[in-house]
Amino acid sequence: MERFTLKDLGRYEEGVLESIDLPEHDARRFMELGFLPGSVVSAAGRSPFGDPRVYRVDGSEVALRRETAARLVLRRPGSAGRKDP
Amino acid sequence: MSQRHGATETASPSAIRPGDPSRLRTVAVVGPPNTGKSTLFNRLTGLRQRVANYPGVTVEKRIGRARLPGKIDVHLIDLPGIYSLEPRSEDERVARDVLTGRMPGVSGPDAVILILDSTNLGRHLGFAAPILSLGIPTLVVLNMADSLRSGGGSLDLDTVAQQIGAPVVLVSARTGEGTEAIREFLVGALAVPAPLELPVIQDVRRCREWSAQIGEAAEYRAPAPPLWTRRLDAVLLHPVAGLLIFAAVVVAVFQTVFSFAIPLMDATDAMVSTSGEWVRALLPDSWFRSLLIEGVWGGVGSVVIFLPQILLLFLFIGVLEDSGYMARAALIADRTMARVGLQGKSFIPLLSAYACAVPAILATRTIESKRDRIATIMIAPLMTCSARLPVYTLVIAAFIPERPVLGGFLGTRAATMLGLYALGFLAAILTAWALKSSVLRGAGAPFSLEIPPYRVPSLQSLALRLLDRATTFLRRAGTIILCTAIVLWFLASLPLRNGEAPPISESVIGTVGRTIEPVIEPLGFDWKIGIGLITSLAAREVIVGTLGTIYGMEADEGSRDLQGALRGDLDLGGAVALLIFFAFAMQCMSTVAVVRRETAGWRWPVAQFAYMTLLAYVSAYLANRIIGP
Ligand SMILES: Nc1nc2c(ncn2[C@@H]2O[C@H](COP(=O)(O)OP(=O)(O)OP(=O)(O)O)[C@@H](O)[C@H]2O)c(=O)[nH]1
Ligand SMILES: [Mg+2]
Repeated sequence: MERFTLKDLGRYEEGVLESIDLPEHDARRFMELGFLPGSVVSAAGRSPFGDPRVYRVDGSEVALRRETAARLVLRRPGSAGRKDP
Repeated sequence: MSQRHGATETASPSAIRPGDPSRLRTVAVVGPPNTGKSTLFNRLTGLRQRVANYPGVTVEKRIGRARLPGKIDVHLIDLPGIYSLEPRSEDERVARDVLTGRMPGVSGPDAVILILDSTNLGRHLGFAAPILSLGIPTLVVLNMADSLRSGGGSLDLDTVAQQIGAPVVLVSARTGEGTEAIREFLVGALAVPAPLELPVIQDVRRCREWSAQIGEAAEYRAPAPPLWTRRLDAVLLHPVAGLLIFAAVVVAVFQTVFSFAIPLMDATDAMVSTSGEWVRALLPDSWFRSLLIEGVWGGVGSVVIFLPQILLLFLFIGVLEDSGYMARAALIADRTMARVGLQGKSFIPLLSAYACAVPAILATRTIESKRDRIATIMIAPLMTCSARLPVYTLVIAAFIPERPVLGGFLGTRAATMLGLYALGFLAAILTAWALKSSVLRGAGAPFSLEIPPYRVPSLQSLALRLLDRATTFLRRAGTIILCTAIVLWFLASLPLRNGEAPPISESVIGTVGRTIEPVIEPLGFDWKIGIGLITSLAAREVIVGTLGTIYGMEADEGSRDLQGALRGDLDLGGAVALLIFFAFAMQCMSTVAVVRRETAGWRWPVAQFAYMTLLAYVSAYLANRIIGP
């Protein structure tokens, strides 16, 4: 299944969050902001300089830097979630 | 909702007795950031906590009294926003500690008002689980009912209440709709023990699943997405248009604060002069009249005339903060901040430092990384605070001739002012870079910032901001500046010679001034400016009052042409040096005190004071040498 990160999400595209590749402590804050595995994330605006970008997730808008967005792994919407062995 | 827990149950032994202050109960107002906690707190207590449309406005606990039906008083505590009981920054720690009874000096709350945003209920109900599981009687307040309704959203309140096992109300803290129910709830809640037994859920994912279930059961329909916010952002964050608008707004602000304020200031000036004349005509010629006219009117009057200008600046800051542009500004600035090793979250305190460095330094509590926080504290006083405005305006008006630049869009004076603001910002950024690449090196926490929808600033909130600012400004004029003026007047009239006041240069103040003159002479300043520099250690604008008093006494019958007198004492080099000195020097004891408190020690404030004074001295010296007379 195709995996990519939030950094590569095109404008107005959507993805489904698979995992957060950050230390537990930091990942927790992103989950509190709505970035929970399984939630749909879409790319909204961006700073005039291109970075950070604003993402829409779980009803709110959150700005993240490119380097952080690269730690959030997505799959295409509609594709199946992680298969249990 | 609240009727279920109404006053009928007050018969229980722990019922509060009206009028017994030793038994005042405390009620904590908690919830995620930017949900309207402070707005509600203000409504219930009549106080004026700062409210603005970005997350992280409140960074400190604030206690106020609220009157409930039946003449019962409670202590209400407004708290910083939290997402969970696991704090990541100082402000969140304050909220967690108060809530869990760990805060020294504050007893654990007897009840909790949990404020959530009804326009995003799915996500926000998830924040309720950890708070409810504390077992404190809790009222869940779903705020922003007005936005929910206007966006066509709806929900079944009774179902939500049943599912979470706590009373729920739907209110609009901004319009006041539904807030009576909150008071009634409090009367009942304080009398009964906690009604619910929830398993302790701290796992974010399980909280969210739980809230999704409730949302579904209550047939929650979210309001339509904020279209206006999206349209505005498409323009305001546009790579070209966004930056152009940003620049145009900055230019307009400076031009307005400088030229638009002038007629208002002239009017205030005329009022001050006329009232001075009345006093002169009313009293017989005596030392007391001279103290009043030269000391008080000359000193306090010269500062008071800057009130309209300060208020205009605060009007702009108010619109910026209330509309939601602040978060966008942080977004735009993040790239610049990244270059010097900081992040966009540091930019919000820096922006509030344009008003005053003290609240800005408190606002750094939202910065998660300790080092980034210290770096931001260290640079905040370099941002141009509003106390520098009178000094800049006075010197610029005296020395810079007004000519149009930028095709008449901007005048030379406003441009000079803009240049000084830019200078302060540049110094701040370079200092941050130096700190972050040496003593404070280290990566901060990953940057994340919730971007709120735009909101129309309410006129009432803007008016209250201006009123508060005017009060603060006038209070300062009536205390620090008045006292300095009186003390100065006496020092400038002593020692008496044959019962007469000596020439001012031979008075106590003249002697002190001439003793320090050699130190400041290389900057192009004479002893009078020197006295001003000393008194402005209390607060920057005091120098204006001080010069008002000194020149007023010198000119004998207290002519208040401060600009003319200043031109007689400074050449252009000295004037520019004075501007630059004020841009960099840390002449503000309240800032030193708050830095000491927030960094828990003298190390940082002392280093900061020494650094800024040195920077100010050297730059002023260079400016004076290069420009010359
Ligand atoms: N439309 C609407 N806006 C509201 C309402 N209550 C508050 N606001 C706005 O929401 C924003 C945040 O309000 P605050 O009271 O500062 O929120 P807070 O929860 O104290 O925020 P922090 O201190 O940052 O955690 C402000 O712009 C308010 O004007 C409401 O009932 N309806
Ligand atoms: Mg608040």
